[in-house]
Amino acid sequence: MYGWLFRHLPGPLWVRVLLSAVLIAAAVLALMEYVFPWIAESSFLPSFTDSTIGGS
Amino acid sequence: MAIQVAGELLITLGLVLALFVAWQLWWTNLESNQAQQEAIHTLFDDFDLPTDPPEPASAPQDYGDPVVLPPSDREGETFGVVYIPRFGADYSAPVTTGVGTAVLDRLGLGHYPATAMPGAVGNFAVAGHRQTHGKALDPIHTLVPGDHIYVQTADGYYDYVYRNTQIVMPDRVDVLAAVPTEPAAVPSERFLTLTSCNPRFGSAERIIAYAVMDSWQPLNAGPPPAIAAAVAANASGGR
Repeated sequence: MYGWLFRHLPGPLWVRVLLSAVLIAAAVLALMEYVFPWIAESSFLPSFTDSTIGGS
Repeated sequence: MAIQVAGELLITLGLVLALFVAWQLWWTNLESNQAQQEAIHTLFDDFDLPTDPPEPASAPQDYGDPVVLPPSDREGETFGVVYIPRFGADYSAPVTTGVGTAVLDRLGLGHYPATAMPGAVGNFAVAGHRQTHGKALDPIHTLVPGDHIYVQTADGYYDYVYRNTQIVMPDRVDVLAAVPTEPAAVPSERFLTLTSCNPRFGSAERIIAYAVMDSWQPLNAGPPPAIAAAVAANASGGR
């Protein structure tokens, strides 16, 4: 899958390496900024960081 | 082919899960620390700090009964800064009204709205994360009786002395009482109560740290020597 993607990126080898790095960075940033906060917010994961008394 | 794709997807899933751990234990701290710095700087812009801090008094002075902020009911309003030298000479964290995730996940310490304001007779109770989101109270178990916990507001510096720690179940709301754990008692002292989760990477219990106010001084008297450097750092960062 990733091999197929890499072969279908345009340009010479160094461009494709650079493009891959940019795509990976974009994916990581999207996860960090949007996906993970949403997962933590939607609370189907048990919180292990609740620091309040009385469950507020 | 299908097996190769499935394998690559599983490897990706593993990496994403590892990344989630990195996000929770590391990234959230970066975001929260930055938000806390901004909150402190915004608050300091409103503080009427003496431009020329007076020499620290050689002997403790008595400034009478502390001036106390009016109760804040505006959720999300930052009204004070807490300094705990035991946590580090430059440790400071903003205190914001409310203990919902909107406050605690971004702004360090949250003030239980129904409890007293800093310096007031009763219980000034504050919650903070022990891990993730800035982990404002991570070293709470390192406090030693006699340690000072300073609270700075627009009115002055309140000097609380740490007394003891208690580990309780999460439903023990009586630790927030005006006299902690004595809901029926009428308070005559000025308490400070910190609540955080326990154990360090879990939330099965709560760790509670109690302190009692020892003295206070107005802003124009300058900061107590133990936190002068941290206050100066906050003040210069705000310009």
